[in-house]
Amino acid sequence: MRGKDIIFRLAVRSIRLHFLRSTLAVLGIVIGVVAIATMGMMGANMTLSVTEQLSEMGNVLVVTESREGGGGGMSGPGGPSGGSDDDDFIPEEQFKDIERIASKYGTVYALYSESDTIEVGDEERRATIYGLDQDVIPEILTLASGAFPKSTSSVLIGPSLAGRLDLTLGSKIDIGDSDEGATTTVRVVGIIEERGMSMDLNTDSAIIGSEKLFTGIYGGEGEYRQVNIILDDINEAGNVSDEIEEQMNKKEEQVSVQDSSRMLENITETLGTMTTFVMAIAGISLLVAAVSIFNVMMMSVTERIREIGILRSIGTQKGEVRKMFIYESAILGGLGAVIGAVASLSIGWVVVLAMVGSTDYFFAPASLMYVPFGMAIGFVTCVMSGVYPAWSASNLDPIEALRAE
Amino acid sequence: MDDQPLIEVRDVTKVYPLKSGDVTALDSISLSIQKGDFVAIMGPSGSGKSTLLNQLGCLDRPTSGDLLIAGRNTREMDDHELTGLRLNTIGYIFQKFNLIPLLSAYENVEYPYLMKHRQEDENGHISRLLSKVGIDAALAQHKPPELSGGQQQRVAIARALVNDPQILLCDEPTGNLDSITGGQIMKMIRTLNEQGRTVLMVTHDPTVAACARRNVIIKDGRIT
Repeated sequence: MRGKDIIFRLAVRSIRLHFLRSTLAVLGIVIGVVAIATMGMMGANMTLSVTEQLSEMGNVLVVTESREGGGGGMSGPGGPSGGSDDDDFIPEEQFKDIERIASKYGTVYALYSESDTIEVGDEERRATIYGLDQDVIPEILTLASGAFPKSTSSVLIGPSLAGRLDLTLGSKIDIGDSDEGATTTVRVVGIIEERGMSMDLNTDSAIIGSEKLFTGIYGGEGEYRQVNIILDDINEAGNVSDEIEEQMNKKEEQVSVQDSSRMLENITETLGTMTTFVMAIAGISLLVAAVSIFNVMMMSVTERIREIGILRSIGTQKGEVRKMFIYESAILGGLGAVIGAVASLSIGWVVVLAMVGSTDYFFAPASLMYVPFGMAIGFVTCVMSGVYPAWSASNLDPIEALRAE
Repeated sequence: MDDQPLIEVRDVTKVYPLKSGDVTALDSISLSIQKGDFVAIMGPSGSGKSTLLNQLGCLDRPTSGDLLIAGRNTREMDDHELTGLRLNTIGYIFQKFNLIPLLSAYENVEYPYLMKHRQEDENGHISRLLSKVGIDAALAQHKPPELSGGQQQRVAIARALVNDPQILLCDEPTGNLDSITGGQIMKMIRTLNEQGRTVLMVTHDPTVAACARRNVIIKDGRIT
C-alpha cells in the first residue's frame, strides 16, 4: 500500500506545485457537474410538481360513447367542441349502468355540454355550457365567491370567463346568438375556483348550470355528453375501467373509458425527454472541462518528462507511472465533483425556485439523485481525460526522458 | 559459479537509425566484469561510453549481441523484468544527480525502497544510510533544489544503495562537482567497492579513473 502511497503523494505534490492550473481545471469540472446536476434537478422538480398537480385530478375516469359504436364525431377529452356530432352521447340507461357498476368506487355523475355563443351586453363570445345535476355541483366544484345555483336561471362561471368579460355576481349572460333566434338569459350566482386543464371538466372559461337549464335550451334530455367517475382510490382506476368495459361492451362497443393516469404518463415522459435534452446541453460544458483537464495533464506530462525518466530509470514500472497521472486526474476530478456537488445543491435550489416556482420536491430522491449522477459523470470524464496523457507518459523512452531539460 | 562474470557483454552493437544515415554508437563490444570489480570506462565525448552504460543499466536494448547480468540474458527479459532489475540489482548514480524535485531528500531515498518492499522503513535503514553518506536528519527534510551539488550527489548515492544492489553504475559522478567535493564522492564510491560492490563508472577524468582497478578505453564505439 505504501508503494502506492508515494505515487499518490507525487500526484498530490504535482497538483499543489501547479496550483493555479489545477484550480482552473477543477473549476471546469465544477461547472460541468453543476450544469448537469442543476438541469437534472430542475427537470426532476418540474416533473414531480406537474405529476403532483395532475394526480390531484388523476383519480378521474371519463366515459364517453365509443368511437366505434357511436358513429364517430366524438369530442376530445376535457369537454365538447363545437363541431361534435349530436348523435354522440351516452343515453340515460347507459349512465344508470355505469352508475350501478362504479358508484361503489366513488362519485359518478353525467354531464351535458355544448359550445355556444354567449352575449354580455354588446360583447359576444363562445363558451362551453355545462349542464350538471344540481346536487352534484357542490360535490365536484369549489366556489371562489357567491353560492351554488338553486334555480334554472342561475349559473356558475369559471374565473377566466369572469375576468375576460368583467362578470361579477349578479351579472347577466345571454346564451345563444340573438341574430339567429331566441336567447336564454341567466344570472351569475357564483364564481368557481380555478381548476386548470383536466379531462373531466374544463370549467375555467365555462358556464355551469343545472341539467334543466341545459335541456331547456338544447333539448336532448337523457343524452349525456360524458359520464365522469371521481374515484376514492386512484389505484382502482384500472379495475373500474376494466369492469365498465367488460360489462358494457360485451355485445358491442358502447362506451370508451379514458383513464387520466395515461395522460399523466405521457406528460411525464415528455418532461423526461426534455430534461435529458437540457442535460445533454449541460454536458457540453463538461466536454469543455474534459478538454481542459486533458490539456492540463498533457502539460503535466511534458513538464515532467525528466522526472518520469528518473522514476523509470530507478525501477518504476510503466504501470506505476500511468497510475501517477491517473491519480492526478482522479484527484482533480474528485475535487471538482465534490465542490460541484456542494455548489449544485445551492445553485440548483435557486434555479429550481426560479424555474419551477417551488422547492417542495428539491430533496426528493428523484431530484437529489442528479447530484451523485453529475458527480459520477464529472469524475469519470476527468479520469478518462487523464488516460491518454498517462499512457503517453508511461511509454516514454527512459533515456530520451532523462535527456529532457 | 564463482568464476561466472556478474556482467557479460557479448558482441553488443547499438545502432541509432537517423535520417542522415545510421549511427553506430557501439560496435561489437565484448566485456566481462567480475563480481567486486571497479571498472572505469573512459573515452572522449561521443565515443559511446554513455551508450554502453545505458545498455548495462538496462535503460536501453542493444541492436544486436547479448548482455548477461548475473547469468541472465537481458534479451529474453520484458520491460517489467528489466525495470525490476533496475530496482533490485542495479544502482544508478547520474552526473546531474537526477533527484525528484517534488520529494524531500529522505523521500527520494525512500522511493525505491517503497517500490521494492511495499512497506515503510521501520528499522531506520534509510536514515542510517543517509547519515552514512553525510546527510543528517534536518538536511534530509529539504527538497533537492535546496541542497548543494555535493549534498544532492550524496542523496543520489544513498538512493542508489537503498535496495542494496550488486551493481553500481556511475555516469560521470563528479562531473558537476568541485574538485574537493568530487574527491569526497570518489572516496565514498571506492569504499563501496571495497565493501564488495561491483562498480562501473563512466568518466573522462583520468584522476577519477585512477580510483578504479581497471580502465576500459572506448573510442568510436569500440574498446581499444
